[in-house]
Amino acid sequence: MAGTTLVTTAPTPTAPAPRGRPRGTRERPSGWYLAPALAFFGFFAVLPMGLVVYLSFTDWNGFGFPQPSGAANWERLVADGEARDALLLTLLFMVVTWAVQTPIALLIGVWAAGRQRNRAVLSSLFFLPLLLSTAAIALLWASVLDPNFGVTQALPFLDRFNFLGDTDIVIYTVVWVVSWQYVPFHTLLYQGAARQIPHSLYEAATIDGAGRYRQFFTITLPLLKYTVITSSVLMLVGSFTTFDTILILTGGGPGTTTRIAPLYMYITGFSGFEFGYASAIAVLLLVLGAGLSLFVTRITGFRAMQSQQEGS
Amino acid sequence: MSSRRLTRGAASAGALLLAASLVACGSSGPGGAGGGGGDAAQVWALQDTVLNPIEESSISRFNEASEAGDAELATFGNDPYKQRLRVALSSPEAPDVFFNWGGGNLKEYVDAGAVEDLTPLLEEDPELRDSFIPSVLEAAQLDGKYYGIPMRGVQPVALFYNESVLEAAGVEVPQTWEQLLSAVDALKANGVTPIALAGSQSWTELMWIEYLLDRVGGPEVFQAIRDGEPGAWENPAVLQSLQLVTDLVDRGAFGEDFASVGYDVGGASTILAQGDAGFHLMGSWEYVNQLGQSPEFVEAGDLGWAPFPAVEGGAGDPANVVGNPTNFYSVAADSQHKDAALEYVTTALDDEQYVEDLVAAGDVPAVAGVRDQLEQGENADYTTWIYDLVEGAPNFQLSWDQDLPADQATQMLTELQRLFLGEQTPEGFIATMSAA
Repeated sequence: MAGTTLVTTAPTPTAPAPRGRPRGTRERPSGWYLAPALAFFGFFAVLPMGLVVYLSFTDWNGFGFPQPSGAANWERLVADGEARDALLLTLLFMVVTWAVQTPIALLIGVWAAGRQRNRAVLSSLFFLPLLLSTAAIALLWASVLDPNFGVTQALPFLDRFNFLGDTDIVIYTVVWVVSWQYVPFHTLLYQGAARQIPHSLYEAATIDGAGRYRQFFTITLPLLKYTVITSSVLMLVGSFTTFDTILILTGGGPGTTTRIAPLYMYITGFSGFEFGYASAIAVLLLVLGAGLSLFVTRITGFRAMQSQQEGS
Repeated sequence: MSSRRLTRGAASAGALLLAASLVACGSSGPGGAGGGGGDAAQVWALQDTVLNPIEESSISRFNEASEAGDAELATFGNDPYKQRLRVALSSPEAPDVFFNWGGGNLKEYVDAGAVEDLTPLLEEDPELRDSFIPSVLEAAQLDGKYYGIPMRGVQPVALFYNESVLEAAGVEVPQTWEQLLSAVDALKANGVTPIALAGSQSWTELMWIEYLLDRVGGPEVFQAIRDGEPGAWENPAVLQSLQLVTDLVDRGAFGEDFASVGYDVGGASTILAQGDAGFHLMGSWEYVNQLGQSPEFVEAGDLGWAPFPAVEGGAGDPANVVGNPTNFYSVAADSQHKDAALEYVTTALDDEQYVEDLVAAGDVPAVAGVRDQLEQGENADYTTWIYDLVEGAPNFQLSWDQDLPADQATQMLTELQRLFLGEQTPEGFIATMSAA
């Protein structure tokens, strides 16, 4: 979920390469500049994906060589109630994390975009979770929410809940922890975007007599549209593949109450050693994840990316 | 009360943060001397701060004395080990000697033709065979052939209890299931959790059903399941013991919170030590754990231990035990250094110094006649009790999750956790496992 933006600095075409062959055009760097990245991508992304697709048509428990098994894994996947439950749970988890994180991140981001000093101090405190690793965050919350020794057990009202053991609320506990971790990141996106909005728009609106709420809904929100999309894609795809937090916090339990699809794949593969079937689940996740981000970008016209600053 | 909890919570949170950052810095590669395969036989074992030095010194003694070749230790964390061993055994990077749990876990490797049959060596050398406790050696016996030699202590599961909690509730240590049930009611009435259970880790729940099925139906019932006999799960003894478990859960024996209590973080053990629970069914390592984490509790003599109660009318011998008989060293069939590997497992593991080191570390080695040595050692009360328990056991059932093939074991643990949560019925459990 923590997306990193790649800032590629193109080599400056000022000085010609010392022993470079003469070229017709010096405007673009050679296509070979792509080679390292492409090789990396091919070796660590495309090749494994191909192998997983291959494995999904085999039966392999880790010994010897995978035995081709035709479509057996896929037939099993279609009939597997546990897989269906895991996917439905994943969907619930995605929707709830999105619905919880987006408004909070948006509001805090827009608030933090102000130039006041107290806001700078508060928001730098607020971004602290970004500095912690996922494993540390999950362990921290597991300990805070422990039913016997957790901090919550010493607090009024909260002590009546068993956040990690009650099968009805444990999924929302996970949503809370994931949100706690990632809201700061999305806040940062919104803060940056909100600062890009030209001040003149607000001045004009003030002259026209628009109040704060009116300004938020007619200027800020529309101009943040693409940031909302970016952040939503990151959230949806991120929560779709959430794994580490849940593995450490609940291990997918109690029972199967937090066993979302990626965890189901992991348990099938690395606890049950059914690599073939786990690969079939992985391929399904791959297709759904890619389809999801494609769908979100398409439906929102993200790819058109026309500028909004003319007030279009 | 609540402030104590708060400080403890905060302290453990801090410790966990620290641990997490340490873990993040660690590597998943082999620890120990590792490095190049070279000419030495590779001995693979688990990382263990207490055992690794003992294993190291055993190997260096072997290297000095043996002419068959040298050996070298490489160690791994528990879960990475299982994954790595599985892939490595069918590759040129295979170890020559490898640590395992015996039973069905080992059977998968044997079926793949990856494990050397040690039967001829044991038959040639009856003295070696007789130097181990028979019920323990049998855990690495598959289809009448021996594939592993015990390399550390026995780990039976026992019923631990907090003496002062039982006293306060006027409860005797239960000999039978009925007595356990009335003890549960009395403890509950006294306001404590009757039985501590680290239910977020399903293997702790497994211990209950393992013992109950053994007491109700005898060891044959599970052996049929393990051997994959059709309909083996549908044996009425399975249903009866599952019902005993659900009765116990419904009775509130494990309290309300067990589903999120962990064992690795010391949850269940601490509840027992603090006097918030009466009983705790756990492997024999619990004693060493308590000694390390709550020494004042052990030293005050409040920690008690007893065999699992008998079930009235059950077919199983109440002297049977379940747990991990021990861990084994096995030799890879494709080993490049087979002479050294075979010599190591047949000479180094009943070696006097090695056994002495294990005893000193608090282990109860699976070596026959070690009782005298245990009596001399520390914690003799406990270690001799464990030794007698195992030696007197007609059958030592290996933990089911190690004895079943990995895919079935994984599914069983899932269903079992759902059973404890009340999301699965005994009948549903059996139906699911029969279909698996």
